[in-house]
Amino acid sequence: MLLGPALGVSAVLFALGVAGVLLRRNVIIVFICVELMLNAVNLTFVALAQELGPNGQVIVFFVMAVAAAEAAVGLAIILAIFRHKQTVDLQDINLLRG
Amino acid sequence: MREFLFWVFSVIAVGSAVLCISRRSPVASALWLVGTLFSLAGLFVIFDAQFIAVMQVLVYAGAIMVLFLFVIMLLNLGRDSVTDIRGWPGRLVALVFGLGLIVELFGLTHALPDQAHVLPPGAVAQMAQAQGVVAVIAQPMFHDYLVPFEITSVLLLAAVVGAVVLAKRRL
Repeated sequence: MLLGPALGVSAVLFALGVAGVLLRRNVIIVFICVELMLNAVNLTFVALAQELGPNGQVIVFFVMAVAAAEAAVGLAIILAIFRHKQTVDLQDINLLRG
Repeated sequence: MREFLFWVFSVIAVGSAVLCISRRSPVASALWLVGTLFSLAGLFVIFDAQFIAVMQVLVYAGAIMVLFLFVIMLLNLGRDSVTDIRGWPGRLVALVFGLGLIVELFGLTHALPDQAHVLPPGAVAQMAQAQGVVAVIAQPMFHDYLVPFEITSVLLLAAVVGAVVLAKRRL
């Protein structure tokens, strides 16, 4: 019934997340866009879980745990880089350039 | 009614996502993301995943967004500065990749699951009514997915240690 539209909405949200990652130079907003992509995939899992049984909801639970871990470590890395370079602009963060 | 609510929440989710990637201030972006997360929680309720919807509001809109806003405050990025949106080449790349991805994923929306595996309509809601909303998720999680669950706890421990090590000035 609503499975097709839900997959469409999640496709739009995922594409918006990808576009945001490519469009922005602020590290924190890039990070927010990654969270947007994770949530789009969660919507896919929940919509399919209604048709195929509740195992999909368990996967969403794991995705949330991984997202929380990723946010904590990623924001700590952003803090460390900001302390070093005084910027969050991706154009100025080139520590690994040879 | 269900369909109407689905479209209302979908429009709010997509609209907030568009505003989230187009606002200049990081605080505004984070707050529009909260709008998307809340409307996704509404969509989860529509798809009979009440427990996941509650976790979405508590963990995502609560904990993770507070973490984001806290870091924005810590780095003092609240006020609008020069725009960080890329120039025309970057916008073109984002547009092409975004539209390409939408076309590809919309192709997948017609690849619906095999009828042999599909449960009858309302089966998950009936299971939730018979066993309880949490038990429907807890049952597979602590039987079929017990090992992944334990690995997740190790992952969270590693994340806690890693975050402290990275954010500390001097060990």
